[in-house]
Amino acid sequence: MTLHEIRKLLDAEVLIGEDQLDMEVKTAFVADLMSDVLAFATAGSLLITGLTNPQVVRTADVLDIAAIIMGRGKRPSQETFQLAEEVNIPILTTKYILFEIAGRLYAKGIRGCIEKVGSK
Amino acid sequence: MGGNFDNAGEVSSNIKTVLKQIGLPKDVIRKAALVAYESEINIVSYARKGMIRLRVVPESIMIEAIDEGQGIPDIEQAMQPGFSTANQKIREMGFGAGMGLCNIKSFSDVFHISSEVGKGTHLRMIIRASSAVLNS
Repeated sequence: MTLHEIRKLLDAEVLIGEDQLDMEVKTAFVADLMSDVLAFATAGSLLITGLTNPQVVRTADVLDIAAIIMGRGKRPSQETFQLAEEVNIPILTTKYILFEIAGRLYAKGIRGCIEKVGSK
Repeated sequence: MGGNFDNAGEVSSNIKTVLKQIGLPKDVIRKAALVAYESEINIVSYARKGMIRLRVVPESIMIEAIDEGQGIPDIEQAMQPGFSTANQKIREMGFGAGMGLCNIKSFSDVFHISSEVGKGTHLRMIIRASSAVLNS
């Protein structure tokens, strides 16, 4: 799916990355624990989270995450916003809860970046 | 940089930029950046001050995280997944779930830790560059 389609599907607001909406993504990872994101998320995936601090962007940057989706209506702090602009990572925000975001994306063919821990 | 949560991760971003300029393979850079980032979070979270040292040779990347701080009384315990002494502030950032040292170890090819209570902790990690780089 493209970020453009994802925005529509999740009724999301694009806060950063309006110019990157043609980007194609196939996989995603959902977590509020950045250490788990670091352990399991793969490059080019979506990061779906309820956290809003700059560490979300740092984590995404370290892993070459494609875009960040903030759920439950969460919005990035000022520092987070600035950092995302700097490293050029798109941020979308949606009022859907994380379960709904994951379910809606899965139904459209997006898959987890791994299925189970310990598998590849 | 201990206690300065705002810029936590900046050093790792710089490391990533440098490694990209060198032209190392993506997965090697990713591992190195990840290891540096978790180390940086540890320094910011638990130490008074610290430094991350990066050394790149054709075969490998060495990252050292050296801090002055409280140190780790029981390293074996600290290495257990899920063991943490993190405060609320660290947890709010999405860390402090007792995964940091485990992650650092699992993404490194060589991992060495030493610590002295009341003085500080020294981590040394080596990440091997792929054979493709060796030949180029």
